[in-house]
Amino acid sequence: MAVNETLATYSDWCFRAAVLVYVFAMVGYAVEQAFTRTAKKSEAARELVGAGGPVPAGTDTPAYGRVEAAPRRDRAERAGRAAVALTVLGVALHLASLVLRGVATQRAPWGNMYEYSMATMLIAVITWLVLMRKFDVRRMGVFVLTPVVILMFLGGTVLYTDAGPVQPALRSYWLVVHVSAAIISSGLFLVPGVFSVLYLIKAAHDRNPAKFARLAPKLADADTLDRLAYRTTIFAFPIYTFGIICGAIWAEAAWGRFWGWDPKETVAFVAWVVYAGYLHSRATAGWRGTRAAIVNTTAFAMVVFNLFFINLVISGLHSYAS
Amino acid sequence: MTAFLRNTWRGLTSMRTALILLFLLALAAMPGALLPQRSLNPPRTADYIAAHGWWGTLLDRLEFFDVYSSVWFSAIYLMLFISLVGCLLPRTVDYARSMRAQPVLTPRNLARMPHHAQATLPEEPAAVIADAKARLSGWRTVERDEDGGGKTLSAEKGYLRELGNLVFHFAMLGLIVALALGKMFNYEGQVIVLADGSEFCNSGTAGYDTFRPGLRVDGTDLTPFCVRVDDLDVSYFPDGQAEQFTVRMDYQAGADLDAGTWRPYDLRVNEPLRVVGDRVYLLGHGYAPTFTVTFPNGESRTQTIQWRTVDPQTLLSQGATKFDPPGTTDAEQRRKSQIAITGLFAPTAQYDGTLLTSGHPDLQDPAVAVDVLRGDLGIDSGRGQSIFEVDQSLVDQGRLVRVARQNLEVGGQLRLDDGTTVRFDGVERWAYLQVSHDPTQVWVLVFAVAMILGLGTSLTIKRRRLWVRATPDDAGRTVVSVGGLARTDQAGYGEEFSRIAAALRTPRREP
Ligand code: HEM
Repeated sequence: MAVNETLATYSDWCFRAAVLVYVFAMVGYAVEQAFTRTAKKSEAARELVGAGGPVPAGTDTPAYGRVEAAPRRDRAERAGRAAVALTVLGVALHLASLVLRGVATQRAPWGNMYEYSMATMLIAVITWLVLMRKFDVRRMGVFVLTPVVILMFLGGTVLYTDAGPVQPALRSYWLVVHVSAAIISSGLFLVPGVFSVLYLIKAAHDRNPAKFARLAPKLADADTLDRLAYRTTIFAFPIYTFGIICGAIWAEAAWGRFWGWDPKETVAFVAWVVYAGYLHSRATAGWRGTRAAIVNTTAFAMVVFNLFFINLVISGLHSYAS
Repeated sequence: MTAFLRNTWRGLTSMRTALILLFLLALAAMPGALLPQRSLNPPRTADYIAAHGWWGTLLDRLEFFDVYSSVWFSAIYLMLFISLVGCLLPRTVDYARSMRAQPVLTPRNLARMPHHAQATLPEEPAAVIADAKARLSGWRTVERDEDGGGKTLSAEKGYLRELGNLVFHFAMLGLIVALALGKMFNYEGQVIVLADGSEFCNSGTAGYDTFRPGLRVDGTDLTPFCVRVDDLDVSYFPDGQAEQFTVRMDYQAGADLDAGTWRPYDLRVNEPLRVVGDRVYLLGHGYAPTFTVTFPNGESRTQTIQWRTVDPQTLLSQGATKFDPPGTTDAEQRRKSQIAITGLFAPTAQYDGTLLTSGHPDLQDPAVAVDVLRGDLGIDSGRGQSIFEVDQSLVDQGRLVRVARQNLEVGGQLRLDDGTTVRFDGVERWAYLQVSHDPTQVWVLVFAVAMILGLGTSLTIKRRRLWVRATPDDAGRTVVSVGGLARTDQAGYGEEFSRIAAALRTPRREP
């Protein structure tokens, strides 16, 4: 089972190109963010949304009123659109990089930390694209792409591993099931993690307009941020749970026990419990809003901690990377 | 007193307490990831404590190296468990009640609902309501009459959400109970078996190199079965990375034990042998060199003893093979002429001068670098003996003396001053096996699957209400007003509501 070096090299090129393209996209989002003339625009947008709901039939509302002048394609708007196009291009390169690795090594392309973090970031960016299609959140792209670029950069340098076969313990179809569930859920979790941080900024601003006076007005309103964070999290949480359970099933076959408090297992458990705390906090008086957002941010921090710290600093059964 | 108990119970089962306990659980689990744990790695734990002085001792006293069996960790999950029970019982009762209850009365003013739509249709109110009811299949509905000839329909859907939520939480309870039972009745033992047709039987703890019983296991009642390790195949990639390990073995259990029937099995990583409720795993492998010692009287003894791996990359191994001189009855004499062969074994020999190292984990060019010691091995001293080394204190006391040092290839031999010869005959592989027994793990799995199903149900299904009010107007037409309310925190009811409301607002075409 030899590794196809040529394809592996192409994969590395695609990876670097994807990071570069994401950086450009990030700049695009940042330009849009910086040049959006916010307050008035978002108010107008909100009113449009208000009127866009089910129009009470029968009450013949004449179509007068705020017809916005045809939206001027200003600089901010153009930068934003370009950023989206670049994001799509980045995803294509990113995906190509992953697929090429898989073909080059003839296995699922998530057998070491480099591949794992790359795949996770791919899911994060795809999640972002999907959210942008459904909701008016494009202006906040820079906040999503920045952590993605940072984590990919770390993945490509600190965690980088040459394409190669995996050791016997990883030769199992559970690698596909367990790890892909972990990848999908962790990638999904990135976006609500970011939204909860933005929520905290926005909420702090709403309480005291002097805080984050430049940044906060350009964010979506607190309610939207909260709702999107929640909806994405409840989508990801069952997948994460499934991933942990599959991990336990695999551990039973590979290591002789289904749970052994290996550091990686432990931190996955901790993150899971904190996410459960997040879901509960939204159903507990006095814990909605800011506290829930802090909990959600903490939970995502645990996921990242598990990816980097546990693998690099602490050795355990999961340490296949080195 | 009862008031105190009631308040404690209320406090413990409130949502807020559950939340705090969840965070405490997460916090309490963390040290186990950051500090070495005795259950995972006793030597590293001991080193860590030694290296951290009073701080290490203090942490040890506070059970930070046994987090998951510590008093404080157990206390937290026990309280969470109680909180969960206290929370689930009333919710189950509520749920059972709600299953029999009718959807609530239609509110007076539907325009106040978060979702609302209105239209005027030509049909009679009764027809409108009948139509709405037909369209709302899958909803629980109830029709009511209002003053002035109006009719209303209350509809509700998504009861499964709460059911899913209850299933999830109950399954979690079940999982915790199954885990606790497992801790009582499980056991786990490790043993090294030579891959030369040697047998191992799960008949008692003495057969194991290490054995860890559950709280209620005394080792007298192990599930009987035997394994015989015939061969161990290892394949490598050119760079020395292992590709696959396969233990060719036979096993017998149940009636086969009496009949003497052996059944073949290929044991691999990720493919444990599952037999009569126990599992047998391959944890590792290594080498056992074979030596023949021919004593001056012409008698010879041959032994194959496992040596332990010192470098997992190249399988350079180290050990001690010990011989008793044959036919010596005088204890004093014996203690002068026992022989130990210690040193290094390399599967693929590489020399640095005369220093032996290994270049590859596979058997390409096996060799040993041995010290032969003669004297008192301390075997009858009653002290525990390591099979991997000689007792260094005997060497220090001069009771065990090095009489030769040499590198040997397969077939090579050396001669001692008294005429004794030592020959390196070859090498066998050994398999490091683990036997595990956990009677409740299948229940843990069942509950875990139930948790997933419950969770998926409760997070995807929305509990929502819909009301339709049909009132006749002065023109003989019907004003239809539709209101909607999602009872859960989730957004996303809007689209469904708009769709239903739009359908209800369109006049039905006569067939
Ligand atoms: C071992 C600790 C617990 C864990 C890991 C846990 C986990 C979860 C999870 C993942 C959910 C999300 C499902 C959903 O939102 O429908 C949930 C919901 C819920 N849990 Fe727990 N739970 C625990 C203990 C408790 C306790 C002790 C209570 C009662 C005091 C409780 C009451 C609830 C309630 C009321 C919901 C529904 C919240 C909602 O509808 O959003 N849970 N739990």
